[in-house]
Amino acid sequence: MTFATPNLVPVYPEIFLLVALSAILIADLFVSETHRFLTYAYTQLALVGTAGFLVLGATGVPLTTFGGMFVDDPMARTLKLVAVLAVALMLAYSRSYNQQRGLFRGEFHVLILFALLGIMVMVSANHFLVLYLGLELLSLSMCALIALQRDSAQSTEAAMKYFVLAALASGLLLYGLSMLYGATGSLQMALVSNSILSGSADPAILVFGLVFVVAGLAFKLGVVPFHMWVPDVYEGAPTAVTLFVSTAPKIAAFAFFMRLLVGALGSLVSDWQSMLVIVSVLSMLVGNVTAIAQTNIKRMLAYSTISHMGFLLLGILSGSLGGYAAAMFYVVAYVLMSLGAFGVILLLGREGFEADQLDDFKGLNKRNPWVAFMMLLIMISMAGVPVSVGFFAKLSVLSAVLDAGMTWLVVVAVLMSLIGAFYYLRVIKLMYMDEPEDTTPIVAEADHRILIGLNALAILVLGILPQPLIDLCLASITQSMRG
Amino acid sequence: MTAHHLLSLAVWLPILAGILVLAFGGEERPGATRWLSLIGAVLGFAVTVPLYLGFSNDTAAMQFVEMATWIPSFNINYHLGIDGISLWFVLLNSFMTILVVIAGWVVIEKRLSQYMAAFLIMSGLINGVFSALDAILFYVFFEAMLIPMYLIIGVWGGPRRVYAAIKFFLYTLLGSLLMLAAFIYLYFEAGGSFEILKFQMLPLPLGVQILIFIAFFLSFAVKVPMWPVHTWLPDAHVEAPTGGSVILAAITLKIGAYGFLRFNLPITPDASHTLSGVMIALSLIAVVYIGLVALVQNDMKKLVAYSSISHMGFVTLGIFMFNALGVEGGLLQMISHGFVSGAMFLCIGVLYDRMHTRQISDYGGVVNTMPRFAAFFMLFAMANAGLPGTSGFIGEFVVTLSAIQVNFWYAALAATTLIFGAAYTLWMYKRVVFGEVANDHVAGLKDINCREALFLAVLAALVLAMGLYPKPLTDTMHASVQQLLEQVSTTKF
Repeated sequence: MTFATPNLVPVYPEIFLLVALSAILIADLFVSETHRFLTYAYTQLALVGTAGFLVLGATGVPLTTFGGMFVDDPMARTLKLVAVLAVALMLAYSRSYNQQRGLFRGEFHVLILFALLGIMVMVSANHFLVLYLGLELLSLSMCALIALQRDSAQSTEAAMKYFVLAALASGLLLYGLSMLYGATGSLQMALVSNSILSGSADPAILVFGLVFVVAGLAFKLGVVPFHMWVPDVYEGAPTAVTLFVSTAPKIAAFAFFMRLLVGALGSLVSDWQSMLVIVSVLSMLVGNVTAIAQTNIKRMLAYSTISHMGFLLLGILSGSLGGYAAAMFYVVAYVLMSLGAFGVILLLGREGFEADQLDDFKGLNKRNPWVAFMMLLIMISMAGVPVSVGFFAKLSVLSAVLDAGMTWLVVVAVLMSLIGAFYYLRVIKLMYMDEPEDTTPIVAEADHRILIGLNALAILVLGILPQPLIDLCLASITQSMRG
Repeated sequence: MTAHHLLSLAVWLPILAGILVLAFGGEERPGATRWLSLIGAVLGFAVTVPLYLGFSNDTAAMQFVEMATWIPSFNINYHLGIDGISLWFVLLNSFMTILVVIAGWVVIEKRLSQYMAAFLIMSGLINGVFSALDAILFYVFFEAMLIPMYLIIGVWGGPRRVYAAIKFFLYTLLGSLLMLAAFIYLYFEAGGSFEILKFQMLPLPLGVQILIFIAFFLSFAVKVPMWPVHTWLPDAHVEAPTGGSVILAAITLKIGAYGFLRFNLPITPDASHTLSGVMIALSLIAVVYIGLVALVQNDMKKLVAYSSISHMGFVTLGIFMFNALGVEGGLLQMISHGFVSGAMFLCIGVLYDRMHTRQISDYGGVVNTMPRFAAFFMLFAMANAGLPGTSGFIGEFVVTLSAIQVNFWYAALAATTLIFGAAYTLWMYKRVVFGEVANDHVAGLKDINCREALFLAVLAALVLAMGLYPKPLTDTMHASVQQLLEQVSTTKF
């Protein structure tokens, strides 16, 4: 019996991350409470190393390994890199928050890295089982993270909700995947795609399975009508975890859509397109309208996320390479904005104070004009007003949709953006036009301040010169989806 | 070399100055903030003067063109240029910014550097709006301008400022988002280009033209503002600080009418003709009905705000007459209104800074304590009423002339503005300025100081100069207006 060693080169970043996080897990046992900073430093080093492997190992062509179960293409590289960056920023933003709340522990860092590993596996999955493996790794780590504040009833409730609903969604997804397996006889995406193209699969079973797959995907992305977990989790989880939940997993969900719907089920585009239209319009409507009624900014951003994900789906459902690239641009832009927004919330928080109410932003311009200006940039970007990356994200998605001939959808999306502008404006209003109720000086670590500044600056600079990011997304998509 | 970058300088110099003011002009250094802002504003105006001096009257082509690729994957270019239609708005805007800086010199007490920076940045963005020749570039400037204006109204405004600011922002955003959708549609129709000049040559079926016209209309009608989407304006004006009111009335309203001239007429000429009846009706309602509304206002700023709507009704009326007199009259009316309404708001600001009330009934007999001010105010009130010899007369007269060529009744209704305008303006003037000294506050008023006299005198000179000798303005407009009329009279399907 011969045992062929699979080509491990495309998997180096994942292997490195796994080794590093195991090492951190063990090392953390020997780190005393006063030296906990070491765990943080190791984690950041692990991320830098992973990023290094991602950048240096990039080949520019799609490679598969493990018998075609794992694919390493430019899209995967780019998305993984964004996810690693997002996690690194997220850890930096949440360091002092965690220290003040007793969350600055080894578990937190290791769980985050596990979740990141899950994301990276998902992004590169070329096989239903690998996809599921990554998904569960992410979901379970996330669940533990949400519940990390053991004493908080709200966190526990949020984790419980997430766990039950995630299990249900996984069930739906698995059921759908089993249907696809039944119809095509394969779990490998390329073979599934070929089988559908050859016409040997029963269309009724395929579409039946597709409905369940889309439902499962919609849950993971957190779009209407599978969005109910999002606001509770955002509000209930510690803000540091909310920041994580709102950024990196969205990248995975985008890859999830691309691999499953475009990669494997691309020939059923007319079927999933109509489903996504409904999901997307409902998400934009419910997300934007409900966000107006919120008084908790984490909850407001949760609904805002729902609407953003609806917008993201517009890019995917346009069914063209340009549309996928636009959606990818959108997800990167969204991650930047979400990082910034939660970064500001974390910056304003202090021991015993969460800064998670909208009223906590009152008069921020008087207390600290610099932070207020950063938040202003982030909010106008979320509203899609130029000069910000959010505007070009919306522009590219809208032009892809119009190119696909769905003019009415563009008009709907535009009107929804108008509703959305209202609650982002309200944040600006609170910061600039109201008097502060709380005059405690804002103290933040220097690195936190600098990174928030860079984050907002990136939003502005990419809003003025978006071309590099557009090129990157378009190149990643065309090189990865050509096959 | 520099001649080729004049427009870029006009756009970016004020923005850069604004950023510098934000960075270096902290609250503890008000003197530095003021002077830095003034230098920025003056330099911003100085670079626009060569635009006029070097402007060639003989051609309708875009001048001072600058072109650079910006976002190649969407074929979006950094394309700037001006013609006879946009030239004066760039000049007017850069000029008014100086006055606004001077007007806010000592009056603004809270967050001075942010106030000045907001105006400087907005000034640059507005220059961008008037000189952009790429639709997305136009849109970017058009939208980005909303944010400083939103803050100006909302931070430094009156008691109901927040409501007014949000209303202003959302009204404007609604229209502009639909305009964006129209731009993207035209982008595909034009074979992947956002060039406004290409849009203008694009053949379009009537049905499509009408939809695009409506998308543009919603965007620009809110800006003008036309009846019935004018309701944000009185709120915004009343609550805005003096400088904000001046820029709103003198400049941002013009963006709406400019949009009609740059987008609606040339891109959708057939729809413009088809819908001209509606546009004329809306304009006449603005002129007559809003004129009557102005008559019953108790608040001076609100009165001038309504009078602005009424005057802008004249502008849109002129535009949709589709003849040279109408369009040129509309342009003249806009420039004149820029000076006159700006001056009116500055006058009210002078009173408000002393009395902290805008209610007409709180005043009376101001002439007794502020004679010099009363003289200036008189001149601007007369100009607002359209007295011959002032700039206010020219535009109204020319538009009425053009209307009479089209339909006698249009002209007859439009001419009522001369009566209503005189009635509401002069009646307000009488109640505020003449009569016995109304109360102790008025008795204690001090006359205008040098700073105030300076900006009022400059505006007075301009109002008179334009009223007596408007030829330099019409000369520069002529070629561009002729080309526009050719475009609008050529069917596109």
